[in-house]
Amino acid sequence: MSDKRFQLLQGNEAVVEGAIAAGMRFYAGYPITPSTEIAERSALRLPQVGGKFIQMEDEIGGIAAALGASVAGLKAMTATSGPGFSLKQENIGYAAIAEIPIVIVDVQREGPSTGLPTSPSQGDLMQSKWGTHGDHPVIVISPSSVQECYTETVRAFNMAERFRVPVIFLMDEIIGHLREGCEMIPPEELTISNRRIDREFNGTLAYAVQEGNYVPEFAPFGKGDHFNVTGLFHDLDGFPTNDNQQTDSQERRLLDKITKRRDRIQKWEEVDCDDCETMIVCFGGTARAVQGAMDMAKQQDFFKIGMFRPITVWPFPEEALNKIIRTNKHLRQIIVAEHNDGQMVLEVQRIVEGRVPVIHLGKIDGTTITPEEVLKKIEEEY
Amino acid sequence: MPSKLIEKTMRVNRLPHIWCPGCGHGILMRDVAQAIENCGLDPDKVVIVSGIGCSSRAAGYMNYNTLHTTHGRALAFATGVKLANPELTVICITGDGDCTAIGGNHLIHACRRNIDITSIVFNNNIYGMTGGQYSPTTPHGEKGTTAPYGNIDYNFDIPKLAEAAGATFTGRCTAYHVQGAVKLIEDAINHHGFSLIEGMSVCPTYYGRKNKKGDSIAMMNWQKDVCIDAKVAAKLPPEKLEGKILIGELSRDESKEEYTDMYMKIIEKCGGNK
Repeated sequence: MSDKRFQLLQGNEAVVEGAIAAGMRFYAGYPITPSTEIAERSALRLPQVGGKFIQMEDEIGGIAAALGASVAGLKAMTATSGPGFSLKQENIGYAAIAEIPIVIVDVQREGPSTGLPTSPSQGDLMQSKWGTHGDHPVIVISPSSVQECYTETVRAFNMAERFRVPVIFLMDEIIGHLREGCEMIPPEELTISNRRIDREFNGTLAYAVQEGNYVPEFAPFGKGDHFNVTGLFHDLDGFPTNDNQQTDSQERRLLDKITKRRDRIQKWEEVDCDDCETMIVCFGGTARAVQGAMDMAKQQDFFKIGMFRPITVWPFPEEALNKIIRTNKHLRQIIVAEHNDGQMVLEVQRIVEGRVPVIHLGKIDGTTITPEEVLKKIEEEY
Repeated sequence: MPSKLIEKTMRVNRLPHIWCPGCGHGILMRDVAQAIENCGLDPDKVVIVSGIGCSSRAAGYMNYNTLHTTHGRALAFATGVKLANPELTVICITGDGDCTAIGGNHLIHACRRNIDITSIVFNNNIYGMTGGQYSPTTPHGEKGTTAPYGNIDYNFDIPKLAEAAGATFTGRCTAYHVQGAVKLIEDAINHHGFSLIEGMSVCPTYYGRKNKKGDSIAMMNWQKDVCIDAKVAAKLPPEKLEGKILIGELSRDESKEEYTDMYMKIIEKCGGNK
C-alpha cells in the first residue's frame, strides 16, 4: 500500500482505510455488489495491521462473526448491499439490545429484491432506521464524497464505541464507486474513541451504568469477568428477565442514550440556507447533483438555492432544519431530492409542519438525478 | 446444596434451570462442565456460545464468558470470537433445530474451515421451546405438533453430516451414558480443530408424549438398550448392529491444519504481527 497522504481512491476503498485508521481490526462479510470492494480491500489490508478478515458463508454469518469479534474486544465491521442488508436486520437488533459496538455498511442499490444490482439508489433510508423489529436505537451516517467515506467512517466507529450501538454507514452506489482524491489522515491526527473498558469489574453488574456515564462499561471476553450476553431483555447482570419494570427501564435507557445525546451525534451541512428562496434537502450521492445545480444556478440569473444535507441521517438533524425555517424569511419552498419514491421527504414534512411547501424530487429507474433535473424541478414548482 | 462441581462451574444463583422435569439437557450441561474441569482449563478463557431454543439456555447457567445469540447463529458468532482471540477455548452449545435447520449453513461451513471450536448439539429430536414441532432429527414417521399425520421428512445423522462437511472430530454421546459423554467432550475440547458432538437428550414432555415413548426413565432406558460404543461395534458382525446407534468417538482427522493457525501465519507473512 502506498503511504502517500493524498491518494486517488474509490469510496468503498476509502471506507476501509478510514475504518483501519479508526482501529477496525476485524471484518466479516459476504460478497455483494456494489459493496464487494470493501471486503476485498479489508482482506488485503487487515492482516497487514494485525487484524483479521473472514469471508463468511452468508450475510447473516457476516454480521454474526463481526459481533462475536466485537464481544471479544476488537473493533469490527461488515458491509453489504440491499438484499444482504435485509438479511442482517435481525442481528442489528441483537447488537442494539446486547449493546455490542459494530459498524454495518450498506451500499444501496436500486429496487427491492435483486433489483438493479449495479445501479444507485437511496431506497434503504427508512430500512436503516426501522429495518430490525422492535423499538431500538440506531445511528445512521451517510457520506457524500470519498473524503467523507474516510472521515465519516472514523466517526461511525467512534459513535459505535462510545454509545455501544450498531452504526449504519449508509452509502449509495454513486459514492461507493466514485473515485476522487482522499487525504489519508493518520490516526494520531484524528479523534479516536474507544469503548470504555471496565478494568476492575470485580462483580460490578455488567449492564449497570456507572455514575457520570450513559452506557455500561465494557468487559471483553477473556479478561476474567464472567458475564452473560443475550438478546433477551436482561437485568443489570445480563441475565434474562420477564420483569416488566426491568424491561421498560432497559428499553428506555437504550433509546434515551441516543435521543438524549443526539446533539453529539447529529451532523449536517448547510450551504446558503440563511437567505435562499429554495432549499434542497438531500443526502449521500444525491448531494453531488444538487451541488452541480447550485453551481449552474450561480452562472445564470436563477433563484437563490440553498442546500441542507444531513450527514447523520438518523437521528435526523431536526433542530437545525427547524432553525432555518424559523429564521430564513426568504424561504419559499423546500425540495427533497433523493433516489427513492419519497422517504426523507416524510421526515422533512413532519418537521416542517406545513410552514413551507415541501416537494419531492425522486428517481427510481436506476439512473442518477442530474443537476438539470434539479433546476427544472425548482422552476416548475416556483 | 449444590455439588462442588456445580458450585464452581455454574451460576448457582440462576438455578434452578427452566428445563422440564425429566429433560436430558441438565445432564448434558453438567457433562460439558465436568469435561471443562477435567481439561484443566482456566474458566476466564472459556467462552460458551449458544443460539436459541431449550439447549441454548445452558449458556446462561454456566459460569464462564457466555454469549446467548440469535436463532441458528451460534457457530457464526463463535467463529468471530475464536478468530478475534484464538487464545480462548470456544464451546458451542446448540440444539437440533438451532444447529441443523436454521443454522445448518453455519454448521457445514464451520466444519469445512476446521476452526478450533467444540460444538455440542443437545439433540432432543423436536422443537421443545415452541411446543413440539418436528425438527431435522425427528425420526421419519414420528409425530410432532406440525406433523400430526407423521413426519414425512427424513432425519439427519448429525455426526455423519459434520464429518462429510469436513469436521475433523465427530462423536455421539447420550444423557444416559454420563462417563462416556464426559470423556468424549473432553477429547473433543482437546482436539485442535473443529469438533462436533451429538448429545442425545430426551424430551419426555413433547417428543416422548407425542410418540408414546414413556417417561424420562423409559426414554433413558431406551438409550441404554439401543446405543453401543463405536469401538465395541467395530468388532461385531453387521447383523448384531441392526437397529443400534453408535456412540463414542466416530471420526478423527489430525492431518488438517487449524483455521486460526493458518490465519496467524498470513498475518506474520504480511508483517502485521510487528
